[in-house]
Amino acid sequence: MAQEAATGTPLATEDEGVRRRDFINIAAVSAAGVGGVAVIYPLISQMAPSADVLAESSTEIDIAAVQPGQAIKAVFRRQPVFIRNLTPAEVKAATEFEATPDFNKMRDKQTLAERTKEGHANLLITMGICTHLGCVPQGAGAGEVKGEFGGYFCPCHGSHYDTAARIRKGPAPRNLDVPEYAINGTIVKIG
Amino acid sequence: MSFPWSKEYKPSHPLMVWFDERLPLPRLIYNAVGGGYEVPRNLNYFWNFGFLAGLCLVIQIVSGVILAMHYGGDTSVAFNSTEHIMRDVNWGWMLRYGHANGAAAFFAVVYLHIFRGFYYGSYKAPREMIWLSGVVIFLLMMATAFMGYVLPWGQMSYWAAQVITGLFSAFPLIGDPLKEWLLGGFAPGNATLNRFFSLHFLLPFVILGVVILHIWSLHIPGSSNPTGVEVKSKSDTVPFYPYYVGKDGWTIGLLMIVYSVFLFYMPNALGDPENYIPANPMQTPAHIVPEWYFWPFYAILRSFTQDLLFFEARLLGVLAMFAAILVWFFLPWLDKSPVRSASYRPLYRKFFWVLVIDVLILGYLGKLPAEQPYVLVSQLATMYYFLHFLVIVPIVSSIERPDPLPFSITESVLGHDGAAKLTKD
Repeated sequence: MAQEAATGTPLATEDEGVRRRDFINIAAVSAAGVGGVAVIYPLISQMAPSADVLAESSTEIDIAAVQPGQAIKAVFRRQPVFIRNLTPAEVKAATEFEATPDFNKMRDKQTLAERTKEGHANLLITMGICTHLGCVPQGAGAGEVKGEFGGYFCPCHGSHYDTAARIRKGPAPRNLDVPEYAINGTIVKIG
Repeated sequence: MSFPWSKEYKPSHPLMVWFDERLPLPRLIYNAVGGGYEVPRNLNYFWNFGFLAGLCLVIQIVSGVILAMHYGGDTSVAFNSTEHIMRDVNWGWMLRYGHANGAAAFFAVVYLHIFRGFYYGSYKAPREMIWLSGVVIFLLMMATAFMGYVLPWGQMSYWAAQVITGLFSAFPLIGDPLKEWLLGGFAPGNATLNRFFSLHFLLPFVILGVVILHIWSLHIPGSSNPTGVEVKSKSDTVPFYPYYVGKDGWTIGLLMIVYSVFLFYMPNALGDPENYIPANPMQTPAHIVPEWYFWPFYAILRSFTQDLLFFEARLLGVLAMFAAILVWFFLPWLDKSPVRSASYRPLYRKFFWVLVIDVLILGYLGKLPAEQPYVLVSQLATMYYFLHFLVIVPIVSSIERPDPLPFSITESVLGHDGAAKLTKD
């Protein structure tokens, strides 16, 4: 036949298994698939946080002026961070609760010691972002509502946090997140 | 649908003949919304809302494209450029108020359009594709409206972006990376605003495309009608032009009166005053609520307060909110009754009205703060909402005894039909 003569390969009949054309088909579709993925990846990836956003990922704050009972709102990754100097009564309220049976029923069980640095049990540093849907809870500013447990209260959907910023009542799934930080004298480096 | 008695496009002007032979666009329009489209003669006013929704889409696209000429999609200028439109741009206040209230009008009209579908069984065979594409349009509208609301970069804009993208972080494992990917940062920022602007500009044209599919699929079987009885003969239909173009035109006038009252006399009645405060990532407004057209879904979202097995409450709320709309996709197969119109379905008709009341209650609760007893009531209303679609509709459609249907559309209008007598002889 003409094609046989032209290509030098015998024409396959239908039941002859894998043909040269099948191989070309699979190879072509695979190459197009890989090419497609290679094009789509940057198109998806461009939406992730960019380098300048990631570059803001650490912040240093001087906490010398924060007296017991006071709290400040700092900015970390363009989001609020609560730095709170707990009073001895607040520390006591948090640790005494850990001895009660209710503690074992907590949604996100953590002790105050696990949420603070050793030797700084009074220094509670948490993100100021409700773990429910991301509102800023009240309780850090002077005169703000602190909720039923004397910690923070999120007005959006009524989450109450205690003095260790642990979720005690309301829809939030987790305690207020504790960011990575290091204490150096009066300087706190977050991130 | 092209019935045997549908009129054919016959241009009289030589120029139109020349044009139609080369590109049959005039023919397409004539057959779609002109004298060539035969429509049941008995449509009531609830059949006007599709046309009105199309008009709203045009208003939104025209006003939106103009607003984009004056708006700056950057967090440093977005709020001020919005105020610049309001105060300095000639007629800018009218364009922006027209766009904001136009969105409300669009949703109002579309909700009536959807509930018309629920009542008259418009989703039933052979019209499933019309219904499915309609649900897609509604989902696109919700996404577009949400992103548009973020653009002025006021307090409600910012916190709406935070809360709605926060919904996605409820998914286990992929939640937080997904949220950061959607926002392009750890919190709503410039990247978020820019992409929302880009997509808010794009999506209305995607909606326009799906609207064309929606109308295309409508023209295969032709419009349904209040009796749900299919067209049988020429006496059942009238041409779309001039009959329904005229009727739609008259209701456009009515809609424009209501729209103008809002636009010119109470342009902020539906908006939240909090959005006239520039976005502040450090301070959450005391009470976050979406615009009124999202209230029923917001109430469903918030009604989940207890964890269930491995699912945390927040994720259940998110899934339920999406499911509340996704369940509509299955409606053509959940409702097995061969009778379309609730006018002939005494039992379904009652449950339809209960659903209407249920959704109104959900809407009312979505606006209120998440406190008792509102949470409990919204939990009950949410439960009923899903019960309606997943249990009541299938059961009713199998046990109900429908009322007798008229022989034809003509008989339902005139009380008799010459064709009906022929079959009796």
